[in-house]
Amino acid sequence: MNPFFKKFSEKFIEGLLMISGTVTSLTVVLIVFFLFKEGISVFNKKAVEEGYVIAVNKSNKVNSISPEDIKNIFDQKITSWKDLGGKDSIILFRLEDISTYFTDEQIGENFERLPACISRVVDSIPQIFAFFPEKYMDKNFKGKEIEAGKISFNTFFGGKEWFPTAQPAAQLGAKPLILGTLWVSLGAILLALPLGLAAAIYMSEIAKDKVRRVMKPLIELLAGIPSVVYGFFGLVVIVPAIQKLFNLPVGETGLAGSIILGIMALPTIITISEDAMRNTPRSMKEASLALGASKWQTICRVVIPHSISGITAAAILGIGRAIGETMAVLMVTGNAAVIPHSILEPMRTIPATIAAELGEAPNGGVHYKALFALGCILFVMTLVINLTVEFITGSKKYKKH
Amino acid sequence: MLKLESKQVNFYYGSSPALKDINLEMESNTVTALIGPSGCGKSTYLRLFNRMNDLIDNTKLTGEVLIDGIDIYKKGINVDTLRKMTGMVFQKPNPFPKSIFENVAYGLRVNGITDKQFIEERVETTIKQVVLWDEVKDKLKKSAFELSGGQQQRLCIARALAIQPSVILMDEPTSALDPISTSKVEELIHELKSKYTIVIVTHNMQQAARVSDHTAFFYLGELVEVGTTKKIFTNPTQEKTQNYITGRFG
Amino acid sequence: MKQVDENKLAKSKKRKQSLAFFMFGFIGFVIVGILLTVLSFIVFKGVSVISWDFITKMPEEGMTRGGIYPAIIGTLCLVGGSMIFAFPIGVMAAIYMNEYVRDGIIKKIIKQMTNNLSGIPSIVFGLFGMALFVNKLGFGDSILAGSLTLGLLALPVVIRTTEEALKGVDDTFRHASLGLGATKWQTTRRVVLPIAFPNIITGLILSVGRVSGETAPILFTVAAYFLPKLPTSIFDQAMALPYHLYVISTSGTNIEESRPIAYGTALVLIIIVLLTNILANFLRKYFGKKVKMN
Ligand SMILES: Nc1ncnc2c1ncn2[C@@H]1O[C@H](COP(=O)(O)OP(=O)(O)OP(=O)(O)O)[C@@H](O)[C@H]1O
Ligand SMILES: [Mg+2]
Repeated sequence: MNPFFKKFSEKFIEGLLMISGTVTSLTVVLIVFFLFKEGISVFNKKAVEEGYVIAVNKSNKVNSISPEDIKNIFDQKITSWKDLGGKDSIILFRLEDISTYFTDEQIGENFERLPACISRVVDSIPQIFAFFPEKYMDKNFKGKEIEAGKISFNTFFGGKEWFPTAQPAAQLGAKPLILGTLWVSLGAILLALPLGLAAAIYMSEIAKDKVRRVMKPLIELLAGIPSVVYGFFGLVVIVPAIQKLFNLPVGETGLAGSIILGIMALPTIITISEDAMRNTPRSMKEASLALGASKWQTICRVVIPHSISGITAAAILGIGRAIGETMAVLMVTGNAAVIPHSILEPMRTIPATIAAELGEAPNGGVHYKALFALGCILFVMTLVINLTVEFITGSKKYKKH
Repeated sequence: MLKLESKQVNFYYGSSPALKDINLEMESNTVTALIGPSGCGKSTYLRLFNRMNDLIDNTKLTGEVLIDGIDIYKKGINVDTLRKMTGMVFQKPNPFPKSIFENVAYGLRVNGITDKQFIEERVETTIKQVVLWDEVKDKLKKSAFELSGGQQQRLCIARALAIQPSVILMDEPTSALDPISTSKVEELIHELKSKYTIVIVTHNMQQAARVSDHTAFFYLGELVEVGTTKKIFTNPTQEKTQNYITGRFG
Repeated sequence: MKQVDENKLAKSKKRKQSLAFFMFGFIGFVIVGILLTVLSFIVFKGVSVISWDFITKMPEEGMTRGGIYPAIIGTLCLVGGSMIFAFPIGVMAAIYMNEYVRDGIIKKIIKQMTNNLSGIPSIVFGLFGMALFVNKLGFGDSILAGSLTLGLLALPVVIRTTEEALKGVDDTFRHASLGLGATKWQTTRRVVLPIAFPNIITGLILSVGRVSGETAPILFTVAAYFLPKLPTSIFDQAMALPYHLYVISTSGTNIEESRPIAYGTALVLIIIVLLTNILANFLRKYFGKKVKMN
């Protein structure tokens, strides 16, 4: 073969391989880019219905109102400006209220004088809280348009209500979802960790080789079953069982999610911690036995301390699995977006929310972006978890040498 | 006084024999060196005395192994208690993932001793016994992994001594150490002889000559020759022994 | 030894140990029991549903009757599509990492990123696929968008298994070939890859198992709720088995009546997973021996 061609093709192939090598890095970068681009843009967007404005009297000191307060004003849970830093009670004004202030004639047949009328109402009533379409905003409007329903970090992370399709302002408080995710995942790990560890200890230290050789692939199989199948199993078996057992109105609860997630986290926990334990040097175990320790003492005092970083990694990774799991949770937790008080209530997690709502959220809208912001939270959570695990297992290697 | 003894011992891994008809006696307060080429069964023989071979599945033992005249494989012998009578030191230093102090205290703790003061005293005396005290007295709470290899090995010896065994079994205790650490361990063996019965496996002929009173030469699972170290190294009766110690094979 | 009653101590040690060992063994078997329960439950309930018609007929009457043919075809398309994308790229990436780059910062970065990618929850892949493939690139809800999304998800799996396979090839083979004057690529192609091949294929099969069960990434990139016809191009929407199971078990028009179909679909999914697992294990054993013998 022509040596020049040979060299060229070598280089070409290396280039091709290199490009493939960078695909994963590129993907991660792209994911971060798209996720955060869409997610971050939810902040400073308005939660108020598109095309509507909120205005108050010029004398009013209040300059901005959160989406939650807007909803409370409409629900008459807030009836006084005092709650928002102003004074006097609130007089709510909606477009349909215009007829109490003006006659049809004054407004005009084709609403041509409506903007002026609204302007006059807002100007004349100091306690007014006016909510109307932007198109009826007078050119020289005499009231004060206020920043309303802006989604800030605080309203997003601190808001207690998730109700993205609420009128007049979408309620985008992620707190119930974050808490729901944590509750369900922690519940899962509380169930799975002791069981998983016990099984790992059994498999690595106690079981006969024959038993282990059967058990290990079975447990790996457990990891391969798709999450919808677990969800389905949970739905038809665990949910009704919980309902009966605790005498609940519905069986779709955080507990159902925790149980299913716990089962799903088991293989991760077992395989990783078993690996760690099996890495305990044989001579270290023998040294313990040679000192008159029983096998059980050796497990507790030598094997477990030696593999503690692996065990920790297993636990954290188990939590990570649980936090990111979507379908199974979506199918069994009942998906009520309220701040949880008990594991026996329906709960909703971040992934389940995204899965359930993204299909209905109009592209590019506030809701859509809010779901991407949830995706960002999820991404950061799992990234932190993965880095922590790497740190734990990495520092261990360092220590050994 | 007779301390360790094996009578007609045969040992099998599965169906392949590793030891054949071994008869050997070891006196109290002596050092016996086990030498022989790799795979000849030295470690297997050593591990009979604290029943470490029990841990390996599918093995078989015939004959008698005795400590202080008692067959340690007969029914009713508690293995944990037996192992407390024997200390073992391994080829590579293998401290536990614990502090220096806890490494030495380990044997006491697993054997049910809770008296704090007693443990502290015992730990201190044993670390002094292995001449490590001055090097570690300020960092007893530090991880044992922070010690050098030679220090770790002396710590492992201290760990074995802390439960006051009467027999110490050493399996190539210096093969992973530098010459200076090696000579420290050898000196230590000399010191310990007055109190313990020591069996040491070694590949180093000089070491065997330096530290032991008696030497046993193993070959292919058989005990070829045993006698005083002086005799084995100057005037062995068997040709195989002669060849081995002069370095012609193995 | 100090004031410790030998017998009592030995007994208590023994008792604690037996208790603990019994408990742990029990738990180990309970966990295996859970697995077998999940499996056998689905098998028992689903086995009577599965028939030739079930896997070759369109769904009927609001998915309370008929089969799951389009969902099976959809899943096949998605698995195939994602592998066409992920397999070559993943294998090449692994070759690059294992055979070409020296240990150093670049390798570290690629490794780290691959790790990160594999840790990202599948729903986030769904979000990403929707933002990039469906909206930005304008593929719409389509087999193409879904396959690409699933392909990205499978990429780290393919890379990792291929890397393991390559690492399993003894360096002496490489040195021998290079020593004969072969170039790096010639060595890789003619010596390393043939030896690693069975294990690479095992990785491929495992990724197929993984991808065929994924639901979250296809929710917004391809899956159709009810589409009683087969896709005709890669820009069509399609049904898929896992999504189908999700829909008919939670939000179908008549959940109770479509339960049997749900059991059947779950069983088909499980069969796919079992088959891929068994096949992978078989390959590993069979070829593992063969390679050793050489
Ligand atoms: N766990 C085991 N299972 C099966 N066979 C074993 C096992 N341990 C040792 N053997 C075999 O028993 C024989 C004796 O082994 P042993 O370890 O006692 O030799 P050794 O004299 O200590 O060798 P070295 O000097 O290399 O340590 C060897 O042939 C070895 O292959
Ligand atoms: Mg040996």
